[in-house]
Amino acid sequence: MTSPQLLLAPQTFEGGLLLVLAIILPVTAALLALLFGHWAERIALAYMPVGIAVAFAIARDVVHSNSVVTYYLGGWAPPLGVALRADGFSALMLATTALIIAAAGLFARGTFGSSEGRKPFAFWTLLLALWAALNCVFLGGDLFNLYVALELLTFAAVPLVCLYGSKETLQAATRYLLFALFGSVLYLLGVALLYGAYGTLDIVLLSQRIKPELALWLAAALMTTGLAAKTALFPFHLWLPPAHAGAPPAASAVLSALVVKGSFFLCVRLWFNVLPALPSVEALQVVAALGAGAILYGSLLALRQPRLKLLIAYSTVAQIGYLFMLFPLAAGGAPWSTAAWTGGLLQAVSHAFAKASMFLAAGLIAETLGHDRISEMRGVGRLLPVTVTAFALGGLSLMGLPPSGGFAAKWLLMAASVESGQWVWAAIMLLGGLLAGGYVLRVVLPALTAPDIALTAKTMPSRTREGAVLALALVAVLIGFAPRCFLDWLQIGRPLLALVGTP
Amino acid sequence: MNAANLAGLCAAVLIGLGLYGLITHPHPLRKILAFNLLGSGLFLLLAVIARRGAAAGLAADPVPQALVITGIVVAFSATALAVSLVLRLFEAANDVSLRAEPPATPSEGASS
Repeated sequence: MTSPQLLLAPQTFEGGLLLVLAIILPVTAALLALLFGHWAERIALAYMPVGIAVAFAIARDVVHSNSVVTYYLGGWAPPLGVALRADGFSALMLATTALIIAAAGLFARGTFGSSEGRKPFAFWTLLLALWAALNCVFLGGDLFNLYVALELLTFAAVPLVCLYGSKETLQAATRYLLFALFGSVLYLLGVALLYGAYGTLDIVLLSQRIKPELALWLAAALMTTGLAAKTALFPFHLWLPPAHAGAPPAASAVLSALVVKGSFFLCVRLWFNVLPALPSVEALQVVAALGAGAILYGSLLALRQPRLKLLIAYSTVAQIGYLFMLFPLAAGGAPWSTAAWTGGLLQAVSHAFAKASMFLAAGLIAETLGHDRISEMRGVGRLLPVTVTAFALGGLSLMGLPPSGGFAAKWLLMAASVESGQWVWAAIMLLGGLLAGGYVLRVVLPALTAPDIALTAKTMPSRTREGAVLALALVAVLIGFAPRCFLDWLQIGRPLLALVGTP
Repeated sequence: MNAANLAGLCAAVLIGLGLYGLITHPHPLRKILAFNLLGSGLFLLLAVIARRGAAAGLAADPVPQALVITGIVVAFSATALAVSLVLRLFEAANDVSLRAEPPATPSEGASS
């Protein structure tokens, strides 16, 4: 047996230090914002270029070393110590997080630009805390630290939902928190079972020790259920639409684009880094079936929503379904698994950019018109050409039409499902694409026609904010043109080759 | 039956009761209490695992004890956040039920 340790040998060069910076710096910035409330916005905006630089430096190190960058905290190796690890998927998510949070920050200057009052203070502090928590999730190398990171993520995300403090948003936030607590306690239960059975929580050590037995299956089922509740996988999606639709636009963008991906990321870690040796393809069909349910149910409900932000939120429910198609298709090291893995990762990233752009665009439309009723948006394209273009480009990615990141992602996933003989998933993804076309065009077509009565703008958005929205949508499209080497980087640290043929 | 087995069974019962309460009770405060009950069962389970010394064959394994302490801190902050949210909800709506009604009704422009 080739041990995965060979693939995951610790990199001792200074790149490891960057992993620590990616966590310490945003935590420090969040604490500074907490201490100097009046400066919260300036601290957050000043940190943004630093955060982007750290994320891209980590990505560069991962690509250069072509292996997993590891750092042992305090020099203590697992099982006693705690490891931070960055592989291709981590690096991709770190960079995505940095770019989207920076764009949301630029956008939020228009809403939370004043330094007075509780709301701006809360928003900027929570945004930094969210960034820190996401980086912890993407870098954590041990299941218990990942649990703490997941909780930090929830604690930063829930207050963002109820920033307006209205009855509806408070209800949405409470429901979100209760679902999240349900999810995290199930996850922790699984962690306890794993520790009880194998005596370690380090991902690499655990992956060498696991045996297909009752305790392991029980732990895996509990953790998957918990993470699915946090990711709002159908049928645990109930909390998501009111929570994401009720938050301020910049917060909705971050919640929909990144926060749900945090728990999805952990689910991928669990099945592909901790349990790759488990014969799991059949069990994971259940997960994909839930994903299929999410695609159909979310898309159908998105078609029926009277309000733009709710439509976008239901479309998130549907797009999360595509992410879970990754599991049965990429498991087990079959020839099609690389395509499925790449497709799933591209879907996570292109959905993040497209959805952030669409939520921000919806925010601009709502501010300009003073409402977000889809039935009264005829001709808004004349008023806000850049914003509506960004919305349409984001929609292109959701539908999976070329050229866009969503097309590449869904194409790879469908190719893998056809190749593996799991035709039904391909059919559902195709149907989901048609339904997505329906709900995107429901907004875009009337927006591009001439208005019946001249629309009056309450305020016009600044060019910076429109620019941020368009830039996000353009990135979602550009992912569709990703070169071959970019796709190869996503395979870094995928513990597959080492484990083929192990019991 | 030795003490560890008895404690393990108690942990299982607490986890089961907590899970049942968390899923079936509609009232948020009861859900929060059930979450804490579940948490207590979970920490007891970790304590039993520590007693078994699974990792190193020691008399008592220190790692699960560290997990319990961290877990208690996290569960405490979660409870505090949940209770304060429920209080705010009560102030805003005079009612804390979370029945699924058509959400986000006329909050004009969703950005007021």
